Amino acid sequence: MRAMDLIEGEEELIHTAVGAVLQSCGTGRESLIPVLQGVQDRLGYLPRLAMQRIAGDMQLPEVEVFGVGTFYNQFRLNPPGKHRVEVCLGTACHMMGGHIILESFERRLSIHEGETTPDREYSLERVACVGCCALAPVVVVDEKVEAKVSPIRVDGILLTFEIEKKEQEAEQQREAEQQREEGREA
Amino acid sequence: MSREVALTIDDRQVKAAEGERLLWAALDNGIYIPHLCDLREAERTVASCRLCFVEVEGLRGPVTSCTLAVSEGMVVKTRSPGVDRLVRTGFELLLSNHRLHCAKCAKNKHCELQKIARERGLKLKLTRLRSLLQDVPIDESPRHFNYDAGKCVLCGRCIWADQEQVRVGAIGFIRRGIARKMATFEDGCLADSICTQCEACVKVCPVGALYLKADELRLYEPKKKC
Repeated sequence: MRAMDLIEGEEELIHTAVGAVLQSCGTGRESLIPVLQGVQDRLGYLPRLAMQRIAGDMQLPEVEVFGVGTFYNQFRLNPPGKHRVEVCLGTACHMMGGHIILESFERRLSIHEGETTPDREYSLERVACVGCCALAPVVVVDEKVEAKVSPIRVDGILLTFEIEKKEQEAEQQREAEQQREEGREA
Repeated sequence: MSREVALTIDDRQVKAAEGERLLWAALDNGIYIPHLCDLREAERTVASCRLCFVEVEGLRGPVTSCTLAVSEGMVVKTRSPGVDRLVRTGFELLLSNHRLHCAKCAKNKHCELQKIARERGLKLKLTRLRSLLQDVPIDESPRHFNYDAGKCVLCGRCIWADQEQVRVGAIGFIRRGIARKMATFEDGCLADSICTQCEACVKVCPVGALYLKADELRLYEPKKKC
């Protein structure tokens, strides 16, 4: 798993979040899990810098914080992407080729399961069961259930987002131009 | 000097200091019990290797001798069908995730796994289980030693040495289940971490996971002809 680069202003955000959480939970060894939960609540994930800061303030080895963060499934070490892709690998989805779908996403996005694309557009996760096994293999994209997914549908899903993004960008550009023109008129 | 207690291990009367762990009391008296994870100096036992099982009269089922303190009049049996079954399975589970190439291993003939196999008549190969070994690269970054995660038995001795003995805190366990391994912060190589390369971890490793480069080189030296 590779570490993500921080975006602008994130460092400050991390320090304020960790500071606040440590103040409310305390710095005893027993509060490590509540602290990690609190930090993840505020930041959406556990950045490397946050783990280092927590280790320093709680006087624990950095590797121990990392060990706890990687032990529990509830913690994520990569930021959630703008679009969250969750591939179901429950029994039914596994039998119907869920791992092929996961692999398709991995290949198309050039990331591994549990990672986020460098532009933070997509994050890829595996889940155990989403409760609609008749629709296997299932993928949940931004809380929307995609049924009977095939590798072709994977391309389709990602293409939809790409088109959406392009349209949004075009719209923003148009709006910016309009504002500029209005400014000139005024 | 603390009080001594008398107990019976395998029909032999032995004496041990009160509060001593049964495993060490037996070993001190020349009675071998397989063990990987426990260290005499360690304050807390981890009891993770599941190999030091014994039967104690009055206790139901086999118990781990590293977690049990000796007491007066204790009657212990180190071998029984129940114990042997647990140890055999535990041992094979460890081997199913262990790179077995003893002849080319730096710890050949000094390996605890080989010793256990010899003492208990176990085979150093998989018979019932299938190998789950993943192809992991060997960390050759430290100056005088290497770390081969493919041979690690997850006993945690190196982590104890690192965190409790020399108090560096460079290594620990990460992830869980089959992915669990001893690693540094963010799973980088040892030389890039805060590791001081004091080799305390190498000294306590019971198997060939952490070994001196010099020991490996010795394997490739031409044999002397007489």
